[in-house]
Amino acid sequence: MTGACDACLRRGYLVGRLAARIAAMLDRPGKRVGALLSLPEEELVEAVADRSAGDPAALLRGFEAARARAEMADRQVRALCRHDGRYPPQLLQLQDAPAVLFVSGAGDLGLLAHDSSVAVVGTRRPSPYGREVAQDLGRGLGAAGVPVVSGLALGIDAEVHRGCLAADGLAVAVLACGPDVAYPRTNRRLYERVREHGLVVSELPPGQRPYRWSFPARNRIMAGLARITVVVEAADPSGSLITTQFATQLGRAVGAVPGQVTSRVAAGTNNLLKDGAAVVTGPEDLLDELFGSQSDEGRAARTRAAAGAIDDPVQLRLLEAVEASLGIDGICAHAGVPVREARAGLSRLERSGHVRRDPLGGYRRTAVPC
Amino acid sequence: MLASIATFALTGVDSREVTVEVDVRRGLPAFTVVGLPDTGVREARERVRAALLNSGLEFPLQRITANLAPASMRKAGTGFDLALAVGVLVASGQVPAGAPDRTAVCGELSLGGVLRPVRGALAGALGARAAGYERLVVAVENAEEAALAGGLEVLPVPSLTRLVGLLRGRWRPDPPATRPATQPGSSPLPDLADVRGQQDAKRALEIAAAGGHNLLMVGPPGAGKTMTARRLPGILPPPSFDEALEITRIRGAAGLGDGRLARERPFRAPHHTTSPQGLVGGGPVPRPGEITLAHRGVLFLDEIAEFSRAALESLRQPLEDGVVEIIRGQRSLAFPSRAMLVAACNPCPCARGAADCRCNEVDRLRYARRLSGPLLDRIDLICEVQPPPAAELVARVGAAERSAAVRDRVVAARERQARRLAGDEALCNGHMDGRATRRHAVLGARGTERLLGSVEAGTLTGRGHDRVLRLARTIADLAGRERIVAGDVEEALGYRLVSPVEIAA
Repeated sequence: MTGACDACLRRGYLVGRLAARIAAMLDRPGKRVGALLSLPEEELVEAVADRSAGDPAALLRGFEAARARAEMADRQVRALCRHDGRYPPQLLQLQDAPAVLFVSGAGDLGLLAHDSSVAVVGTRRPSPYGREVAQDLGRGLGAAGVPVVSGLALGIDAEVHRGCLAADGLAVAVLACGPDVAYPRTNRRLYERVREHGLVVSELPPGQRPYRWSFPARNRIMAGLARITVVVEAADPSGSLITTQFATQLGRAVGAVPGQVTSRVAAGTNNLLKDGAAVVTGPEDLLDELFGSQSDEGRAARTRAAAGAIDDPVQLRLLEAVEASLGIDGICAHAGVPVREARAGLSRLERSGHVRRDPLGGYRRTAVPC
Repeated sequence: MLASIATFALTGVDSREVTVEVDVRRGLPAFTVVGLPDTGVREARERVRAALLNSGLEFPLQRITANLAPASMRKAGTGFDLALAVGVLVASGQVPAGAPDRTAVCGELSLGGVLRPVRGALAGALGARAAGYERLVVAVENAEEAALAGGLEVLPVPSLTRLVGLLRGRWRPDPPATRPATQPGSSPLPDLADVRGQQDAKRALEIAAAGGHNLLMVGPPGAGKTMTARRLPGILPPPSFDEALEITRIRGAAGLGDGRLARERPFRAPHHTTSPQGLVGGGPVPRPGEITLAHRGVLFLDEIAEFSRAALESLRQPLEDGVVEIIRGQRSLAFPSRAMLVAACNPCPCARGAADCRCNEVDRLRYARRLSGPLLDRIDLICEVQPPPAAELVARVGAAERSAAVRDRVVAARERQARRLAGDEALCNGHMDGRATRRHAVLGARGTERLLGSVEAGTLTGRGHDRVLRLARTIADLAGRERIVAGDVEEALGYRLVSPVEIAA
């Protein structure tokens, strides 16, 4: 059932057992996690072991594959090692590609090897605009059948997953902790939904908590899985920009969503654009990049992205009005319906995921008007 | 000689019988008042002395001892003047001993012997009636309010001289003039038709009024939140006679009334700097707070985010229970507090409105969180108040629906609820608890599907579920339908409050 050989599994668990020591190690200046994770096992142990920790060799010997497999089965975690045919080949371009991916969720394992997935990442503290664009991208790509990779962090990541799930898309969340750990706690409901419909992936074995080093390490996996990495909103410097650095090193395309020049959370993305990243204004831009604007595949993807469109004219007018950020009265006037019908119609749009409620009642658009 | 006179002292918004015993006997001239009087009561001695002398009566140069019974209760205020004066008159034999038979007296005295009104005349009269008195002597200004109690003869007396005439059987006052109570039609209440635009707020106000739901209005400053909220008493059902009596009694006790029977529900809008005590009542001599003054009416909290946490917290229990309990020493007072809550706030901390808002999501969430918590849990309904577009402002006057028409629908919806809830604790949909909600707000298949759809889409939590049901029940009641249809549920979902906690999840 598990697609991992004992050796790779041992390697995966070893990284988990050494996680805390790696963290201690990386607190010293001048150390890079990539350099560590690409070391062979003995050297890795040697590199991070400190004298007080006892015999490093014991760590290597102490691993029992059967117990690990039992634990994984217990926690409904699958493993995929680089010797399995389904291991994403694009990930192997990483110098320090993880030997094994721990996966949780109901999605198909083959999904990870998909050759045209897109990673969408961004700040944990987005503007309403950023949220809207992020969900929009998630929804459009999800509807087009493109696997959408993100990190399940607060803010942009969560919106991307939400959009993708709303479109019944292929959602892939790469975590900085074990795949069975819902982190951050705030997103645990979203985590469950990703697990129900997609995949949650990590290089850390089940039960591992996240470390500071495991976030950039996770970012390299996102960049490695995706053909394009898009940043919606990011400050400079930020974790999202680290993801784009990995993508650039791998020679993958990097895109950024233009932001307000006065906004702090748009500084990173606008700088990316200055450095030559592709301008992304919607899911169509990404579909064109993936499939070409003229190809049949591209056309089909765009049509799928537009599917889930609203056919009811009143609903459409309501959505337009929300987009123009009119108040409820303005929405009624625009749609030409009494307020009771407007409120009811907005509830339907909210349920279908096209609009979102603010904490204090206002509506915001979340989807492409089609 | 000993005299014993009954009077009624205001405690909170109720009154309590106090027997003023006056003993006059030979000895060094002195006037002592015992029975836990405060400074105001002790000063009554000077007023009584001067009033008697200036009315051509005799102030006995003997040893006068007055006791206010029950002696264990603290006495405050000036309402004991008249009882003390009558006590002195009886005890010194200036009026016949049996004269004030089955009669209670209530009033303050001027130095010239003129009777002055006191606060809480209706409360006093209700107390006197309940205690079995047949007559109540009050100042002329208090007579009309006191007469509302009914069931006892109110004797309006202008001065001490007249009172002596009355007690000696030489003078009868005219019965108190009763001005007609203000009729709802001619009511000075602001009309909903004056509000331009605000379709959403008006609809929300109607639903809130129909179901007794607490409401939160969100809009930038100057959009008309207060103006709209002020129209709520005008669309609520007119108070019943008993309710009107309660309102009048509380107003009188707080010194706010005009002496007439209240025909409209109160609207109170305390400032956001109001202390918890100011909101729920209290103080060394407990006085009713804003929530009690809003009893049977509307408590409007503008800028609710600016109220102190303690102040909002203090309102929670009274809103839920409909009564404020204040405990002072050995006794406890109960102030009624069954009011509808209407709160208002800005859409975000910058308060600039959607178009030029500069707040980021975190700011907004933090602002919304500040509002959240226990009080927001009591709010069923949220609506938007936007400055109306210019076209609306110049629209023909009278184009909008009048309050009276809305009130008719509200009254019909309330009657429908009253029939359904007969025997239940709740009086309207807004007061239904979880169990009652489930029993009375039964959804059809399609409505259930809509509601469940929202739960699944993650836009509605379990806690929000009951509120939506209650709202949908009221919306169906307004439409005169027993059955709740899918559209009702959808509209209710549109007006529901989304807690910041739900947003974050």
